[in-house]
Amino acid sequence: MQNNKKQFLTGHEVVVQAALDAGAESMFGYPITPTCEILSGWFESGKKCLQTEDEIAAGFGVCGAVLAGEKSFTASSGPGHILLQDSFSMAEAMRLPVVLIVGQRGGPSSGTVIYSQQEVILACFGGNGEGMRLVYSPSNLSELYLLTRRAFNEAWKYRYPAIVLTDGYTLKIRQNVDFDQFKKIENIPPISLIPENKIVHWPNIYTAEEELNIVLENTKNDFENIAKEIVSFESKEIEDAEILLIAHGIVGAVTKIAVEELRKQNIKVGLFRPITLRPFPKQELDKICGWKKIKKIVVVESSFGQLARIVRDQLAPEIDASFDYLQKPGLGIEPEEVIEFVKNIKI
Amino acid sequence: MSENLTTPIGRQAKFCPGCGHPIVLMMLQRILKQHNLEAQAVLGLDIGCSLLAWNYLPINTFQTHHGRVVPTMVGFKRARKNSLAIAYVGDGGAYAIGWQSLFHAALRDEPVLVIVVNNTVYGMTGGQSAPTTLSGQKTPTSPDGFTGNTMYGPEILHQVSNPEAFIARTAVNDPKQMLDFLDKAIKTQQAGHFALIEFLSFCPTNWRTKGIDTVKFLEERLKSVFKVGEIK
Repeated sequence: MQNNKKQFLTGHEVVVQAALDAGAESMFGYPITPTCEILSGWFESGKKCLQTEDEIAAGFGVCGAVLAGEKSFTASSGPGHILLQDSFSMAEAMRLPVVLIVGQRGGPSSGTVIYSQQEVILACFGGNGEGMRLVYSPSNLSELYLLTRRAFNEAWKYRYPAIVLTDGYTLKIRQNVDFDQFKKIENIPPISLIPENKIVHWPNIYTAEEELNIVLENTKNDFENIAKEIVSFESKEIEDAEILLIAHGIVGAVTKIAVEELRKQNIKVGLFRPITLRPFPKQELDKICGWKKIKKIVVVESSFGQLARIVRDQLAPEIDASFDYLQKPGLGIEPEEVIEFVKNIKI
Repeated sequence: MSENLTTPIGRQAKFCPGCGHPIVLMMLQRILKQHNLEAQAVLGLDIGCSLLAWNYLPINTFQTHHGRVVPTMVGFKRARKNSLAIAYVGDGGAYAIGWQSLFHAALRDEPVLVIVVNNTVYGMTGGQSAPTTLSGQKTPTSPDGFTGNTMYGPEILHQVSNPEAFIARTAVNDPKQMLDFLDKAIKTQQAGHFALIEFLSFCPTNWRTKGIDTVKFLEERLKSVFKVGEIK
């Protein structure tokens, strides 16, 4: 843990510090903008680090280290994130506590190199599986630190792979982070999945459909059971809100500013910001939309509706609020744009 | 006969009759036992026929993805230095889909032992042509005979390997050489270097050979193309 209480750090530095404080021993990574500085920062830390030939090897290297009982992680973005879903699929199947930091960049393809919110579906549901992974979306650097610590702890505690889904803006800005508030976080110790004193024979491919089905049922049941201990969200001004803005990550922070301003203008608007995207704070959102007087739900995001797709999927079908969308794929969103958008809504 | 059909830990063997895999695995077990390394050994499996070894030997074993066993064992070995990390893979997993990782593991002199079982085809999926398929060999994806070049994995890897690495080719009908090479490969990893042994193996199911013809195909065809011995 940092000795100085408050530090003025970049997002990259925050991730490296959080991984160190979480007890990570190694990183495997391949350079890609905007997460290069996490890799170089980890090299500077003096901990074990391997620059691999590609993200495939980085992801499977992390799987191997984790199987040996070591806290390990990787970081990537866009096209690299796609390749990492190969190993992440194995981590999902074998429930390996792999940690991945994603700095979203524009897509599809090589897209742009700094910012978007277009890797939400990939992070939550990438691979040929069922999305049995933990996905956290921080809105500022203090939260980036906290959620990186949580990703390691909850991955090892519950045995699911975890993604901290951030973006290049968040990673490249500097903010004051007060480390005092995180002093009480205790690390979940790693366990040796391939023990040295016992023989393990561990398949991840099954001969019979029924065998796989049992594994999937168990994984899903466990996921639903732990969800209540993991789901996190922020809500603001929801008590009498008629319009509910839903946004995550850095757009969530922007939307919060917009809500504060709109309230000054007596517009009954509130914010729901999911902090965990997997598991999604479904019950909490249902509750707010159900017994509050929400007439309109507006999903604000830097993509063509990736968060909206999850919200619509998760929201209880009997909730009859209508939807509207502010979507700017690959572009940052200013509070003024949100304010303008909301003021033009007719309810 | 029933003895041949069970694995060293008493389970029913899943390999086809006449397959070369059980020979490689039995030799591996013999050498591990001889060196008292069964507890330290960790066997990672590629997908393909290799995956059938998952509950074969009395050592820690897990399956990975097709082409991904080498980077997984690289990660494992880096995390647990006192382990004997073994990546078990077919010729397709090693030289086609997993080649990039295998090449760079050799280039970086990662201290892992890679066992490549070369039967010249993708056995599990029906015998399609592989990088190791011989010129003229008929497979479901080369019905008129294979016309591509045949890949010499160990020879290529030798070009980029550390001089202390051990890279060799042997065949499943030469137990003495198999044991000798496995012994050297284990010592190479213990000295901190990369090791790879390619085992020329039988696949009567996909070669569509019977009895002595299977051995003949290996002896006469494979060995005329793939030179056995240490690659120096």
